[in-house]
Amino acid sequence: MNTVFQSYALFPHLTVAENIGFGLKMLGKPAAEVKTRTAEMLALVKLEAMAKRKTAQLSGGQQQRVALARALAPQPKVLLLDEPLSALDYKLRKDMQIELKRLQTETGITFVFVTHDQEEALTMSDRIGVMSAGKLQQVGSPRDIYTRPVNRFVASFIGETNFLSAKREAGGVRLVTGDLVEVASTGPLGQGVTLTIRPEQLRLEAADAPGALTGTIANLVYFGTDTHCHVTTADGSEIMARLQSAASGEIGLAIGQRVALRFQPGAAQVLED
Amino acid sequence: MSAAEAAHDRGKIQRAWLLSAPALVILGLAAVGPLIIVVVYSFLPPGKYGNVEWGFSLDAWRGILYTYDIFSDIYVLADAHLSIFWRSVKLSLQTTGFTFLVGFPTAWFIATRPPKARALWLFLITIPFWTNLLIRTFAINEIIRIEGFLNTVLIGLGIIETPLDMLLTDGAVFVGMTYVYLPLMVLPLFASIDRFDMRLLEAGYDLYASRWQVLWRIIVPIVKPGIIAGSILVFVPSLGAYVTPRILGGGKNMMIGNFIELQFGQGRNWPLGASLSVTLLAIVTAALLVYVRFANRDASHER
Repeated sequence: MNTVFQSYALFPHLTVAENIGFGLKMLGKPAAEVKTRTAEMLALVKLEAMAKRKTAQLSGGQQQRVALARALAPQPKVLLLDEPLSALDYKLRKDMQIELKRLQTETGITFVFVTHDQEEALTMSDRIGVMSAGKLQQVGSPRDIYTRPVNRFVASFIGETNFLSAKREAGGVRLVTGDLVEVASTGPLGQGVTLTIRPEQLRLEAADAPGALTGTIANLVYFGTDTHCHVTTADGSEIMARLQSAASGEIGLAIGQRVALRFQPGAAQVLED
Repeated sequence: MSAAEAAHDRGKIQRAWLLSAPALVILGLAAVGPLIIVVVYSFLPPGKYGNVEWGFSLDAWRGILYTYDIFSDIYVLADAHLSIFWRSVKLSLQTTGFTFLVGFPTAWFIATRPPKARALWLFLITIPFWTNLLIRTFAINEIIRIEGFLNTVLIGLGIIETPLDMLLTDGAVFVGMTYVYLPLMVLPLFASIDRFDMRLLEAGYDLYASRWQVLWRIIVPIVKPGIIAGSILVFVPSLGAYVTPRILGGGKNMMIGNFIELQFGQGRNWPLGASLSVTLLAIVTAALLVYVRFANRDASHER
């Protein structure tokens, strides 16, 4: 196993090529092998032109690629990447994400990618392990983790979500507001649970629609592609709905307006408290 | 650029020169002046009771390596002079090497303490500077002389029966110089190690380097500027040391510094003292050039 460090930890006294060849040299590989392997790695991360430079003369993204090449050169079975992109600016980070994905596919090495960026976790990985307080909370595919979080921590850590206090009843859970939500849930009746629903699963309708969760629009935040609509329900809890901007424009939402929140029966999920 | 602007710039540069002129004059007089006098004196014949006479003579330069044998009327190689040179270079190299061996772990230890403790340790390192060099050297004298502290303790413990005669040996001079110059090695090393990114150690181990390889392939090359600075700071004053060899080495274990002093004092041969001084300067310069060249080549050609 080799590691790509958060700080890169490149050796400042060595050139790019020497940095990449360091691990192989320490493994006692013959000089010729070190040379060819270093050249391969330089080509892989597209830094052939920089081989003779000292690492301090490189940009952040280039240093990142040297760190990657250096860790990949000894051909580890597993590569640990410790928040490798946290030091890069947004644009470079997006580029490196694609680059990392390409390198992973080309080398076929297992990448263990540590990140605090939930979006990065979702887009880059085949399997995610969500950790909290030193404990693995849930392991699964990005889709699993996002759509079926096992607990409150996972649900709130990965993506935005709404939490509603509820009580389990026959056929569903009853919210504090008195509304009954039909959702699959197993456990003793009358137990306090949390209902979680992603903002993008919510639709807004006119307040007089029957049997829906109703509230007042407290705030509208325009994000470009979509608009976040904060709705305060009767019991004072706040629910956020993410609406496509075009749609919200058509509805003509306004702060203070009374609306009904609707969602597909499968969209909501019950979490044990 | 217009003519007015150019004139303005010229004026600025002139003013800058004018402002630094006092410092330059003092530097010139204090550094270059005496050196010129010493070089001129080395080409003059000695006066009978010290001082010099006006004339031209190469005797002083010949006198560095040869002595005039009045019986056979020829110049013979001066073994005594050579042994003084050799002792000076040997002791200085030993002192530099040993202060490095002791100073490096010390500097590493200090640099890896928490910031608060670090200040305290550095403070402790500088404590010897508070006392005069002469007094510190006499303190060592007091410890290692025949009726001194060390012998008293060793005899008291029954480890030895007869006191060890340590004073007035090369070993005593070596111990004295190591003690005196150790801080000069530790401080630049500390400055260098303090800047060293400890995360590189982790990276080294991750890439299969052994502890030994981490030391030689990562730490030493990176802190090399500190090693060079420390070595120069110890080697140069060691080579010209006067007080330490005088007190701990005595008249038999002279170093160049004492030899030069001898010429200006009892020897009454100022020109020889002057030529020896210039020789010492030349040895130091040559040693530094070789060392710096060697160190740089090592850095750029490694692997």
